[in-house]
Amino acid sequence: MTTAEPLAPVRLLAKNLRVDLELIAGMIAPRTRVLDIGCGEGALIAHLFHTKACDARGIEIDMKLVTQAVAHGLPVMQGDADSDLAHYPDGAFDYVVLSRALQAVGRPREVLRQMLRIGARAVVSFPNFGHWRVRWQLLARGRMPMTSTWDRMWYETPNIHPCTIRDFFELCHREGYAVERWLAADDSGRRAPWRRAPWLANLFGEQAVFLLGVQR
Amino acid sequence: MDDGVKQVPNPQAIAHQHVVFEDGLTLDSGVTLPRLVVAYRTYGRLDAARGNAILVCHALTGDQYVAEQHPLTGKPGWWEMLVGPGKPVDTERYFVISANVLGGCMGSSGPRSPRDDDETQLWGTDFPAVTIRDMVRAQARLITHLGIARLFAVIGGSMGGMQVLEWAATYPERVFAAIPIATAAYHSAQNIAFNEVGRQAIFADPDWEGGRYWQSGRVPARGLAVARMVAHITYLSEQALTRKFGRRLRAGASVLGPYSDVFEVESYLQHQGSSFVRRFDANAYLAITRAMDYFDLAADHGGDLAQAFAATKTRFCLVSFSSDWLFPTSESRAIVRALNRAAANVSFVEIETDKGHDAFLLDEPDFHRTLRGFLDGCAQHAGLS
Repeated sequence: MTTAEPLAPVRLLAKNLRVDLELIAGMIAPRTRVLDIGCGEGALIAHLFHTKACDARGIEIDMKLVTQAVAHGLPVMQGDADSDLAHYPDGAFDYVVLSRALQAVGRPREVLRQMLRIGARAVVSFPNFGHWRVRWQLLARGRMPMTSTWDRMWYETPNIHPCTIRDFFELCHREGYAVERWLAADDSGRRAPWRRAPWLANLFGEQAVFLLGVQR
Repeated sequence: MDDGVKQVPNPQAIAHQHVVFEDGLTLDSGVTLPRLVVAYRTYGRLDAARGNAILVCHALTGDQYVAEQHPLTGKPGWWEMLVGPGKPVDTERYFVISANVLGGCMGSSGPRSPRDDDETQLWGTDFPAVTIRDMVRAQARLITHLGIARLFAVIGGSMGGMQVLEWAATYPERVFAAIPIATAAYHSAQNIAFNEVGRQAIFADPDWEGGRYWQSGRVPARGLAVARMVAHITYLSEQALTRKFGRRLRAGASVLGPYSDVFEVESYLQHQGSSFVRRFDANAYLAITRAMDYFDLAADHGGDLAQAFAATKTRFCLVSFSSDWLFPTSESRAIVRALNRAAANVSFVEIETDKGHDAFLLDEPDFHRTLRGFLDGCAQHAGLS
């Protein structure tokens, strides 16, 4: 759990805090129970508490960020998405949020399963590895892409499970998750106009946000 | 060692602020204490809604003098760094209460108290065995006496943390926020073992006189000091001992000289032992270490710690310290996981420090920021001004 200097996964919140928060918060109903996995210093849970009166809690792996969050009065515990979700009872939350960390967890499929076991819905955001710049760099240079989103060398990136928007649709289909809402957004977190067409979104979206439920 | 300490001031001789419950208290052992005395101190003001009370639970050798000069030792309160005006536990905002534990020796009912059936005799080792839950029940009596229905927060480290957990499990509706620090939900075999070494040291001191040393006016100073020395080692970390003393020799000492204090760490421990003897009662030490050893919160709830916190609405904040090997982070994490199973609201922080278990009593800015922030957040949720 504690390597000497754990590399932070690509964080949605790092670029444009307000816009990105609102993309995710926009999918969450007021006065609900929310667990934010990889909550960082707790910006989303603070936002959900103050603007939507949610009972929002967080898990964060980086102890410095946890300390910051708790010191700001936010209910955050140090923990690991891969190992700590198993301890929650079924249906403990209305929403479980995984913001830009899916690509950094050890077992993404298992984490998704746990999220939809302990929560009625899951909100998942991730950086899109299918973006045209990523594709172009691999095609033209034959090397691992380096973009403003994917900005770490392959040997030191914590983002060990990158996926494309299309990959994610495919996984949801296979696991039987209902995609209740989804959207793709550009670099600064603004909603992109091509959100109606998944293949366009997969080419031009820098990041995606999905609201999942379990198919009945 | 300090051989001069044979007669020490009787801690009970000081007039401690206290309340007497003439209806007594029935203990976990089944025995009823006919008369219950709870010695306590308060700091700050109870607000009109009686909603801003914080109970601070002390550790094995602590007492109710949290934030003021100690009447016996003259030293500052043991948590003055944390409790006081403008401090993380702000007495300008909160009403802070601390009680001497049942079985203690600073004014609450314990081995050093007079027997109920014969005021000329002390309880000594005849004092009935007490548990952490008995201590908490005694505190609950005090809280009710003070007219407080619900505590805003219960805070404590080490054995104090055990009391916090017991409060949350026994009186969930009376605890808005619980802060167990550097603690565990049960006393481990290793911890029981260390306590046993301390107890055996006391038993082995001829001045203990089978627990009736108070009759001769002597105290088992050597035994109690050795108990303290062993315990003190467990409160520190290897790094802290190395940083403070290393292998340094005392001035003028030689390893190959006469067999006496040679290393600085030795005289440090001996000082810890002899100064402890001046303020603590040996039979109380026996009673309280036993209470810690008995503690196993899961066992009291069908073997499942999550059951102890089932449907709890209390907000929890657990704090552990990275170099604490007496109550390691893994113990706090086990409590966090049980709380997760109970879907409780829980914050959890491990503070990076080399100061060992003692860190909870020392200047650890991250810990202090955490405590202040958590209380602020809870105050907002509790609607405190």
